[in-house]
Amino acid sequence: MSFFQVKDLGIRFGGVVAVDRVSFEVKRGECYTIIGPNGAGKTTIFNLIGLLYPATSGKIFFQDKELTGLSPHQVADLGIARTFQNIELFEHATVLQNLLIGRHRHRRTALWQELLFTPAVRRAELAQREAVEKVIDFLDLAKYRDSLVAGLPYGVRKVVELGRALATEPRLLLLDEPSSGLNPEETDDMAFWIEDIKRQLGVTVLMVEHDMNLVSRVSDRVLALNMGTVIAEGTPAEVQANPAVIEAYLGKAA
Amino acid sequence: MRFLFKTGYAQDLRLFKHGGQVFWYGLLMVLLLAAPYAIGEYLTSQLQFICIYSIVGLGLMLLVGFTGQISLGHAAFLAIGAYTEALMQARGVPFFVSLPCAALLSAAMGWVLGLPALRLKGIYLAIATLAFNVIVEEILARWESLTNGNSGLNLKPIELFGMKLDGDAGFYYLCLGLAMLSILAVLNLLRSPTGRAFVAIRDSEISASCMGVNLANYKTMSFALSAALAGIAGALYAHKVTFISPEQFTLLQSIELVTIVILGGVGFVHGAVLGAAFLIVLPQLISLAKDYLPADVAGTGLQSVVFGLVLIVIIIFEPLGLYGRWLKLRTWFELFPFYRRGMFRRQKSYMKSERLR
Repeated sequence: MSFFQVKDLGIRFGGVVAVDRVSFEVKRGECYTIIGPNGAGKTTIFNLIGLLYPATSGKIFFQDKELTGLSPHQVADLGIARTFQNIELFEHATVLQNLLIGRHRHRRTALWQELLFTPAVRRAELAQREAVEKVIDFLDLAKYRDSLVAGLPYGVRKVVELGRALATEPRLLLLDEPSSGLNPEETDDMAFWIEDIKRQLGVTVLMVEHDMNLVSRVSDRVLALNMGTVIAEGTPAEVQANPAVIEAYLGKAA
Repeated sequence: MRFLFKTGYAQDLRLFKHGGQVFWYGLLMVLLLAAPYAIGEYLTSQLQFICIYSIVGLGLMLLVGFTGQISLGHAAFLAIGAYTEALMQARGVPFFVSLPCAALLSAAMGWVLGLPALRLKGIYLAIATLAFNVIVEEILARWESLTNGNSGLNLKPIELFGMKLDGDAGFYYLCLGLAMLSILAVLNLLRSPTGRAFVAIRDSEISASCMGVNLANYKTMSFALSAALAGIAGALYAHKVTFISPEQFTLLQSIELVTIVILGGVGFVHGAVLGAAFLIVLPQLISLAKDYLPADVAGTGLQSVVFGLVLIVIIIFEPLGLYGRWLKLRTWFELFPFYRRGMFRRQKSYMKSERLR
């Protein structure tokens, strides 16, 4: 039984084959990274996994359950959370409210209870809050707890988005370029957090990343894509040394 | 300036954040309870209208301000509530049964209207809801065997547990009580998972769905709840005006309802009440002003012109509405003399990720 498996995944937009029969497998507890030059189809794979796009071909399995045919919110309910490359937070809400939305899949109260705000709802809300506070502690977000997201700097938003994904208590975390737009120190923090997420929280991480420094620090295995097809797979060092990967990034020697 | 020291998570769940709020809202409540004995019949009647429009405004606020959907058809829900109430009362159904029925039937229709909202956005949704309004209005006018067509229906005063609510005070307390309950229900909803899901849908549908929010369910739920509140308001409205006919529930009425939300301040519960109060008070002010205006200015079109002007001015200069204006004023006093002009300006958001349409 594999933890997470993608088989022959493909999608075409009109005549463009964005992802072409990509297969890979992620083991429980590892950090698996997809790299590749711009336009290689990395984010598209994420959107296929999140079922935001319907795949043209192939299948996705999560803990032996097939994802194809579900809708995005059902994928989230299975315990797959994601962040976005360009940040999709709820701008006009506070950090705390954003993280609380991450708890959505753990809600247990019915509408009529909520309209009356019964003691059960109050207890549930306090429990949700405690779960969120754990994430706030973990990511050191306490000083931003009550600030509106719209007023926060980019680096902090990136962390808030990571926090929101963690608040869902995922089993598989999809990170779409966690270091894009971050300065070197923030990238360093991000690397620590990803390691902690893997080690302390035991969450499996699947990420798309450009920064090879970060990739080699945190990843157990790396998949290199180019033009929608797999060109290499292995440990970070193996993939970086692979001639096909070097060629994809730098072009052929003259 | 007041600093809130937080010592427990339960503190963030409170409806009143500090003693000052308890005092001021308590005072408002006392004044509202005493009102019918202090301000006379005419003003009490206006307060009844404010309560009724607050309820429907609240419903629309839930939909427009908190879920980010638009409806130009809310007069139709008002009509459904009003006609349900009128028809059930004529058949001898007691008020405490017919009122929930009006709400439920409206909610059911709201749920139906919510279905196109799953596929349509923005202006297209506005047109779909507008069409719904026209359809309902037309049905009410044509289905003469049931609705008595354009000649309308008359209503008797409400009888509640053997008491006849024909006096002004009794009906006023009914309206006030229902308005308070509606406000409480909406506030409760907003501090629970469902309310948060609504706000999530408003801010980013794609990331809401990636957090496990079932877009289809919550959008239709928002329409249904919004329509239920409009239905309750409709039933009260029918009793207030004692005569209903299809021409009271036209597109213009729908636009007036949207005006409540925009004038009051999109995204604030206070906004629904302030907007409703403004909508009722403005015509009174206009008719007062007419006495001092030259005869050819004080014609029949004056009200529409003033309404239109106010709406335009608010949209251009105060997108946060009356409640936003109040927030700014309050902050100005709290921070004096350090208030800056841009404090409430919403920052340009960073580039959104690839929107999926």
